[in-house]
Amino acid sequence: MEKRAHISGWTLPLLLILPQMAITVIFFYWPASQAIWQSFLREDAFGLASEFVGFENYVSLFEQPEYYRAMVTTAIFSSLVAFFSLACALLLATQADKNIRGGQAFKTFLIWPYAVAPAIAGVLWLFMFHPTLGTLSKPIKAIGIDWNPMLNANHAMTLLVLSATWKQISYNFLFFLAGLQAIPKSVIEAAAIDGAGPLRRFWTVIFPLLSPTTFFLLVVNIVYVFFDTFGIIDAVTGGGPAGQTTTLVYKVYADGRLGGDLGGSAAQSVILMIIVIALTAIQFRYVERKVQY
Amino acid sequence: MVENRPFAQFMAYLTLALGVVIVAFPVYLAVMASTFDTATIINGNMPLVPGDQAAENYNRTLLYGGMHARQPVGGMMFNSMIMALGIAIGKILISILSAFAVVYFKFPFRKTAFWIIFITLMLPVEVRIYPTYKIVADLGLLDTYTGLVMPLIASATGTLLFRQFFMTIPDELLEASKIDGAGAFRFFKDTLLPLSMTTIAALFVIQFIYGWNQYLWPLLITTKSSMQTIVIGIKMMITTTDALTEWNVAMTTAVLAMLPPVLVVIFMQRLFVKGLVETEK
Repeated sequence: MEKRAHISGWTLPLLLILPQMAITVIFFYWPASQAIWQSFLREDAFGLASEFVGFENYVSLFEQPEYYRAMVTTAIFSSLVAFFSLACALLLATQADKNIRGGQAFKTFLIWPYAVAPAIAGVLWLFMFHPTLGTLSKPIKAIGIDWNPMLNANHAMTLLVLSATWKQISYNFLFFLAGLQAIPKSVIEAAAIDGAGPLRRFWTVIFPLLSPTTFFLLVVNIVYVFFDTFGIIDAVTGGGPAGQTTTLVYKVYADGRLGGDLGGSAAQSVILMIIVIALTAIQFRYVERKVQY
Repeated sequence: MVENRPFAQFMAYLTLALGVVIVAFPVYLAVMASTFDTATIINGNMPLVPGDQAAENYNRTLLYGGMHARQPVGGMMFNSMIMALGIAIGKILISILSAFAVVYFKFPFRKTAFWIIFITLMLPVEVRIYPTYKIVADLGLLDTYTGLVMPLIASATGTLLFRQFFMTIPDELLEASKIDGAGAFRFFKDTLLPLSMTTIAALFVIQFIYGWNQYLWPLLITTKSSMQTIVIGIKMMITTTDALTEWNVAMTTAVLAMLPPVLVVIFMQRLFVKGLVETEK
């Protein structure tokens, strides 16, 4: 797409674009290239000298069992959160799409958790499920489960999934609702005339027509779980117990800050960048297809 | 409505009501906790109706802070507000100017410039966290508002949004304004800016929430407790040794931290939805 009419002159546009360029170069390209460069270096224990070690940081990264564990944790965490938040949001959106009275009020009450910071969401859920004082821990303990997310890795992961899902439902709900409202009513009426009941109409007509939205949300949710849940993890578990809820992003942070292994941390950053770029590329391919559709 | 099924209607209400309850319950608990003293909460039998300590809790939290983070939460909220406003306004400012340049001018390396900005969409701050930290430290910007805001306003979202919007503005407007003898600045101020107001407002709402909720970046670059934002302040209040956590102060802080962005979503819902849907395209 191009504009037919233009304003002439070179200096003015260059001046206009300068602030964004300067900030982008200083805070994006420079640090990103530093990360790539550092991932090939090894610093000595005092951070005084560094030598070029090639792919050694990457090799030693893939020799760490902790790194594989972080990968598995991330995979489990993202698939659970993506599945539950998409499923709950879709259920709520289909109900809100029905012509019911007070639909707008329900919508308002369902979308505001988007505004809650991930770290705060984590604190809220930690308080609710706190092993000694949590309001909802008592019923869990009453049925005989020794609930303790501070010590039990499965309980910790459950708590993380719950808070991350809670926070993400509102976002998915909004997009599903928009997607549902974009489906022409005539298509659904035609299916109804053909004798398809509500459930059948949902699975054979509505759900397939909604698939672009679902796919888009799936990618967005995975990116969300990768990066935005950092605050939840740091506030609720701090990566524990015993590193069992450390995701890839959390490990970059923990290794660089607490361990001081900048080369290894940089190598992890580079791998994350590759993952994000791949995810974004997938998303853009899909967006192009949607335009044709 | 395709058909009228009272049962389906009933189920819709039930599901939605259940959804609202589940969504609201954690926040309800936090609000309740902010009305009790620590002892009531610690013994694990906190009632589900408000207590009488609300005034005391909010007063103490806002003005003095907790036992562990001896920083008045009022100050933290001020820091968060500066950061959120700085990010929102900064992003709008630099991106509307660069979008104006990219759409309305022809200059060398225009496409390159656009791509250089565009690619930054793919790199959230989390993946380049330590090198960015080092640069900010080298520039002497640790513990400053500039250091909090600057690295986060560099992103392509705003530029893409404005570019998309400018493309929908008919070319005739520029031609007419040229005939009237208006220069680039007049065209921007008198034609483009008034037309962009809704887009600006929508972007502001989204970026304000984004800025207010930042966690990792302020956690790294603030060392002085007087520079802490409220979202990281709350983490300091929850100590690992449970017995020492002042849950009433922590939950009061949580409620205060949620208030500004939630109010923005509720009262500017239309702009919020517009901003959310359009920045993700």
